[in-house]
Amino acid sequence: MNVAVAKTGNGRAVSDLFASAEGRLPGSPAVIAVRREAFETYERLGLPHRRIEEWKYTDLRALVGEVLPLAAAPDAAALKRAADAVKAHAIAGARKLVLVDGVFVADLSDVKALASEAGFKTLRETLEKDSGLLKTAAIDAVIALNAAMATDGVVLDIADGAQLSAPIQIIHVAIAASASTFTRSQIAVGKGARATIIESFVAAGAKAYQVNDAVLVKVGDNADVAHIRLMDDSPDAVNITSQFVTIGANTKLNFFNMTTGAAVSRMQGFITLAGEGSELSVNGVNLLQKTEHGDTTLVVDHAVPNCVSREVFRAVIDDRAHSVFQGRIIVRPDAQKTDGKMMIRALLLSDEAEADNKPELEIFADDVSCGHGATAGALDDSLLFYLKARGLPEKQAQALLIQAFVGEAIEQIADDDLREHVIGIAERWLERRQ
Amino acid sequence: MALLEVKDLKVRVEEREILHGLTLTVNEGEIHAIMGPNGSGKSTLSHVIAGKPGYEVTDGEILFKGEDLLAMAPNERAAKGVFLAFQYPVEIPGVSTMNFLRTALNAQRKARGDSEYSTPDFLKKVREVSKSLNIPQDMLKRGVNVGFSGGEKKRNEVLQMALFEPSLCILDEMDSGLDIDALRIAADGVNALHSPKRAMVVITHYQRLLNYIVPDVVHVMSKGRVVKSGAKDLALELESSGYAQYEDA
Repeated sequence: MNVAVAKTGNGRAVSDLFASAEGRLPGSPAVIAVRREAFETYERLGLPHRRIEEWKYTDLRALVGEVLPLAAAPDAAALKRAADAVKAHAIAGARKLVLVDGVFVADLSDVKALASEAGFKTLRETLEKDSGLLKTAAIDAVIALNAAMATDGVVLDIADGAQLSAPIQIIHVAIAASASTFTRSQIAVGKGARATIIESFVAAGAKAYQVNDAVLVKVGDNADVAHIRLMDDSPDAVNITSQFVTIGANTKLNFFNMTTGAAVSRMQGFITLAGEGSELSVNGVNLLQKTEHGDTTLVVDHAVPNCVSREVFRAVIDDRAHSVFQGRIIVRPDAQKTDGKMMIRALLLSDEAEADNKPELEIFADDVSCGHGATAGALDDSLLFYLKARGLPEKQAQALLIQAFVGEAIEQIADDDLREHVIGIAERWLERRQ
Repeated sequence: MALLEVKDLKVRVEEREILHGLTLTVNEGEIHAIMGPNGSGKSTLSHVIAGKPGYEVTDGEILFKGEDLLAMAPNERAAKGVFLAFQYPVEIPGVSTMNFLRTALNAQRKARGDSEYSTPDFLKKVREVSKSLNIPQDMLKRGVNVGFSGGEKKRNEVLQMALFEPSLCILDEMDSGLDIDALRIAADGVNALHSPKRAMVVITHYQRLLNYIVPDVVHVMSKGRVVKSGAKDLALELESSGYAQYEDA
């Protein structure tokens, strides 16, 4: 077979990426064969570009150009810097699982404390036996590349009926500059379990790094899960993350994502409601400045009847930044009595800021209640003047109104301490504007 | 001592001149009423003093405590002691009244070089002030003016006046949208705040408000100028004779 080899902007063949990393990729020979196949898929497709519908607004060939070489495993100096970053970003009381440049670091993690409440393995360990975690229902070039290159990740198994006494925080720390990390994790939550999972992406001085992360989430029946993602990357980073979520019956899942960094970021979520009577809440905030590009792409698939889904998203776009929101709600023919709504509001803080909002409904059932809304606008001058007339300088008045604007999405986080933590990150973003 | 001096002020909005050379002096501790028909420029004057965008001053000046007020940003004017009680206070969903009050008060104090209030000190102060004005605590937890009645909105303005302790309060048509009981409560609040150091400029269309807030000086505005000034009896005279006599002035 004659396969055209995709070339990057500088002419380097992308296959170098895999060839040079292959020796470091964990997995049995069978797993390596699965990886090679995934890499061939990536080679065939190349980086997503604007002529692929799902990537129309986020043309990675134009925005990113090439995938950087795999980051080296962290050395002692890197781990020391990572320890400081973990300290700075850890949520009080949470059990930490830390990945540094795509490698799980037990010394920085609370594996022992976690052991009594949840099963834990690394992806590396899992791949010695089984390639199952490298397979996903949805596939695109980025996901295929992740399957080919994933170096590590956390594999969490929260047993039926477990009631976690503390949140679990997965912290990804970037140390290496001009390098890529590939991580893949699985979070399985058993029947009737209750858990709060936080994923944080942070940098410890790293510049121009690239993250490609994938997470497989399976939530059983009658469970109650809060899943919070905080993408607080350095301003010149790239972070492309894919979430595959399947939800059982009579379950509550409250998902929240916030982006406060990265030159190019995309959070793509594929969420399937596979059991009746469940409530899904998907919310998020993108805070973008300079020339940042932030993309939230969601597919919520109502595969069964009687589920509720709610999406509340807010994008704040300053300078020449570009926000993308693509939300699709699919209602399968059998999924009667589906109640699905999504609302995206974009706040444009400059004349050059750009928002592309694309809500879509694909409804194949006839007894449903679905809706979507999308707005884009500037700060209200009359509110700004009121605040200034009460003594607030312009930027502070703007900050207060921006906080109020994103508040509706952040308020969906039920836990007070977590919500305050998220508000703190948003406030730091606002301070960077001042 | 002159607190506010407006001298021969000419103001345009979108190429149309609204104020055609207005002159007005308010001394410390005085209560002035500015009356006049719709479109005479009363609200324009209050907006220009507070620094609302969209008005172009083409001539004249405004001095506040001897300083050039027009050179200051709206927030600087507030920190210097200018307070405009809005005719229609805006609703700000998602910003609690308490957070708003603390942020504003501390911004003003910071601008003046005073220390900012700590949260407990602020809470103590806001409780004292709201109690003295009979403002229920639960109002402070709600979004700024969100779901407030007309009377509650005006009381919230009076509460801010009490907290920020400005030296000049401009009340822009504070009687609009209020029934007689709400008006009396708001006016009582204003009267309680009047002091020998604090001047009030009451802008109103009707004499009614002046039954509750008794002015030292009454000005009649027409077509962008002050056409007559006098003692409080002038308001009563206007009530019986109307503004028609000034329309051609």
